[in-house]
Amino acid sequence: MNPTNTTVAVGTHLPPLALPPISRTTLALFAGASGDHNPIHIDLDNARSAGFDDVFAQGMLSMAYLGRLLTDWVPQAQLRSFATRFVAITPIHAQPTCTGSVVAVDEQTATLDLTVTLADGTVTLAGRAVITHPTTAHPNS
Amino acid sequence: MAIDVERALALELPTRVVEVERGRLRFFAEAIGETDPIYRDLDAARASGHPDLPVPPTFFFSLGLEGADPFGYLDELGIDLGRVLHGEQSFDYFTTAHAGDVLTLTERFVDVSSKRGGALEFLTKVTDISRDEEPVARATSVVVIRNPDPPPTPVECVEIQGQSMESPRTQRAGEGSE
Repeated sequence: MNPTNTTVAVGTHLPPLALPPISRTTLALFAGASGDHNPIHIDLDNARSAGFDDVFAQGMLSMAYLGRLLTDWVPQAQLRSFATRFVAITPIHAQPTCTGSVVAVDEQTATLDLTVTLADGTVTLAGRAVITHPTTAHPNS
Repeated sequence: MAIDVERALALELPTRVVEVERGRLRFFAEAIGETDPIYRDLDAARASGHPDLPVPPTFFFSLGLEGADPFGYLDELGIDLGRVLHGEQSFDYFTTAHAGDVLTLTERFVDVSSKRGGALEFLTKVTDISRDEEPVARATSVVVIRNPDPPPTPVECVEIQGQSMESPRTQRAGEGSE
């Protein structure tokens, strides 16, 4: 679903993206695919030696999920900026949900607030994105 | 141990030239559960006007990890990888990149700061990504270093994060951790 100018208004909510629980397999695949080989996310011994009870998800995995939320909503060429703070750790087996809403609109752009929340209510990522309206998207190549 | 600020800001980070690989983008799409076919299927991408699979929004961070020793700068600054957490990440986009593009990444540290008497330090790195000298994207990364003296436990980190969430608009960058 791509919103048109007329459907992007302050208060518009993006369709939420609910993810399955984070498994150790997910973390291992994301380590390889993302190039982040930090063992704290994939090696229990390493996580414990750093003072954690268990491995936890890469922050960039959750940011990638937020990226899916955005590109499910608008073509990527309309994305101008995308920023997140990693405000809490995502434990193994946690179940994240991505949400977003429009908080400002002007003639050229719309600003979105973005959140990743776990099933227990913990907010793990808080972010913001700016998208342009379709007519001012940059070219694909 | 406190980061040597002058040394960090003066550190010369290697320029990387990276070819975006189509198979790697498919692997990334699979790992994040991407269902949009334009990120996995060449025909679908082309049908949407792309010359090849597009580089998804956060993959620019991964391009910065290409190379032999992506965390080598931590060693140079005397930082143990086990004490590092990702505090903040942002991207600015200027055009879309695709599989097959050869991208140049130039990196520099732009800020070092600390909190709680040095128990937490924040290191900000900017990566400029270009293609044939055309700007493609800029990635800005804040890493948080948990210093052992005084030792902040993971529980204390969560409490710090809880405080930051009470007024997220007024807090400075990098309060939290991944």
